[in-house]
Amino acid sequence: MLVATTVLAGLGLISGLGLGWAARFFAVETDPRREALLDLLPGANCGGCGYAGCSDFAGAVVKDKAALDGCPVGGAATAQAVAGVMGQTVELKERRVALVHCQGGSDLAPRRFLYNGMASCASATQLGGGDKLCVQGCLGLGDCQEVCSFGAIEMLASGIARVIPERCTACGNCVAACPKGIIELVPESARIHVLCGNTDKGPQARKACQVACIGCKKCEKAAAGGIAVTDWLARVDYALAPVDETLIDQCPNGSIRIVELGPTRH
Amino acid sequence: MRFQGGVHPNYHKETAGLAVETLPLMARYAVPLAQHLGAPGTPIVAKGQRVAKGEPLATPAGFVSVPVHAPTSGTVKAIKDWPHPLGRNLPAIEIEADGEDRLWEGLAPLGDWRRLEPAALRDALKNAGLVGMGGATFPTHVKLSPPAEKPIDTFILNGAECEPYLTSDHRVMLEQAAAVMEGVGLMARVLGVKRVVVGVEANKPDALAALRAGCPADVAAEFVLLEAKYPQGSEKHMIYALTGRSVPTGGLPMDVGCLVQNVGTAVAAWAAVQAGTPLIERVTTVTGEGIARPANLRVRVGTLLADVIAHCGGLRPQVAKVIFGGPMMGLGQFSLEVPVIKGTSGILCLPAERLSQFLADPCIRCGACVEACPMGLVPSAMGVLAERNRFADLADYRVGDCIECGSCAYVCPSFRPLVQLFRRGKAELKVLQSKRGAA
Repeated sequence: MLVATTVLAGLGLISGLGLGWAARFFAVETDPRREALLDLLPGANCGGCGYAGCSDFAGAVVKDKAALDGCPVGGAATAQAVAGVMGQTVELKERRVALVHCQGGSDLAPRRFLYNGMASCASATQLGGGDKLCVQGCLGLGDCQEVCSFGAIEMLASGIARVIPERCTACGNCVAACPKGIIELVPESARIHVLCGNTDKGPQARKACQVACIGCKKCEKAAAGGIAVTDWLARVDYALAPVDETLIDQCPNGSIRIVELGPTRH
Repeated sequence: MRFQGGVHPNYHKETAGLAVETLPLMARYAVPLAQHLGAPGTPIVAKGQRVAKGEPLATPAGFVSVPVHAPTSGTVKAIKDWPHPLGRNLPAIEIEADGEDRLWEGLAPLGDWRRLEPAALRDALKNAGLVGMGGATFPTHVKLSPPAEKPIDTFILNGAECEPYLTSDHRVMLEQAAAVMEGVGLMARVLGVKRVVVGVEANKPDALAALRAGCPADVAAEFVLLEAKYPQGSEKHMIYALTGRSVPTGGLPMDVGCLVQNVGTAVAAWAAVQAGTPLIERVTTVTGEGIARPANLRVRVGTLLADVIAHCGGLRPQVAKVIFGGPMMGLGQFSLEVPVIKGTSGILCLPAERLSQFLADPCIRCGACVEACPMGLVPSAMGVLAERNRFADLADYRVGDCIECGSCAYVCPSFRPLVQLFRRGKAELKVLQSKRGAA
């Protein structure tokens, strides 16, 4: 009994001393700011910053490799807190929100065939661009929803993906996942949007979807800057976004809409 | 030799006894610019221009490309996007027939291939727009131009026609045996090979006998009856069955000194040299429970599917799907406006009860697909990886070796769309690898 206790206590002491020595001898120098930053970051590990998770991003900030406002999820508040830890200042950028440039649900955009395969937009796209007559339209199989770590994408009953602006953190995963390339990060104050990605010529676009942009240029003329038609599709230039909301009445097909994404600019 | 794996679907070769009939001239045709693997052709005719039967409409854009020709005489009505058998709208030349069916004066018959040099023969095949007519539509002249370091010693004629329902190759072998064997001799001359092997599946002994009887005295060929097993007509499996050579991973038949051509291609090659006729028609099987009058038809390339179906008495009401090709590897069509192209070996009209509905139920790891895979792959594991977007891991499972024959999906008790998953996996893997190459 006594022997056993002594041996165990002795072993414990030796191992403890060994571990204690090893902890000092092999200690890894870490920047305390990295730990501080990690506490500030959202901890979603979404990869929206381009780094392998929050810890990697914090390490990059400490080494001056990543921008202080590089975390799209945290937004302005996090950027300022990060700048505070680093003893620097940061110029605040406007928050951005993902937007799906399509509103052609099953009631408005006809389908060419019955798709019976993997429930994935990328897989469906391989079959001649998917089952919709509109080659650019949202297929509604939810690839974007699957990659969203924040539950910010819902599938509407009409088979169209919609971003819930309050939950969106602009990490950009949905933008990369969409095989049609119709999701874009836009400034939250912008209110006027072209909800279409169809680049077909007018008559074809009209056949493909009742709310397709036919490239008639009426909006371009009325806006005089801020919206331009290229490849038979009107696109908003968000750097000088138009504010005149009567613009949407110009669109003969209802492709231009007002969408509230957040607090407005004016 | 027997290759491992494979399946025995019900062959449904009901049309095998029907002689080939020629589809009458139609009022309009749509000739797609892309009917082959490789770069689509460049149009050389303008809207409103009058063209004659056999006149080139587009020139090849690059080496791996072939021209397309007018199926009849008439007027170019439009050059525009048109429904294509691949599942989307692609550029095509619409021809309004004038009913005269006047032959183009520019056709250059070269006469007997025995007196011609290989280079001249190869050029003639390219100018005639020849592609592999088994379905893959790879330009024939490219196949017949192996690099010097990979000499070819064996020419194989593929008469397997292992896809269920299809009988077009069978009829061509029976009715045009001499032309097939002339074409074989011609292509063997281009390559300068001594050994010629003809492989036909065991369910078509009459076709093999016809080819043997029709073989010219100066074409020395071996005639082999192969086991009737799907996919016997796959290039790699045909080579293994006839020569015992295995094409290495990522390799081509030329890596083992072989070249395989389809019987339809052989006839077209002979016609292209002998008569100077470009590839403007082919034999195709119109069949399935969904068509009123099944037939083997000689159809001009560019004939609209609706015209073919009307000639065969129309679709039956229970039809649910129309497929170009066979039921295993064919492509479902989205419009009756799609034209027949050079690779259309069959038009299959199936009722709903013949279609398997993919459910994408979970894999139960029964291993049936592993036994069925003729390439020795593990489709069950590959399917799960593709489903979970783990595309990089698919490379370890040699997904690139998958020939997309569909044997795995055919036997899967969970009705998993395995081929679709692998096609996606291959595409994503290619993107990943090109990114890695660029980085």
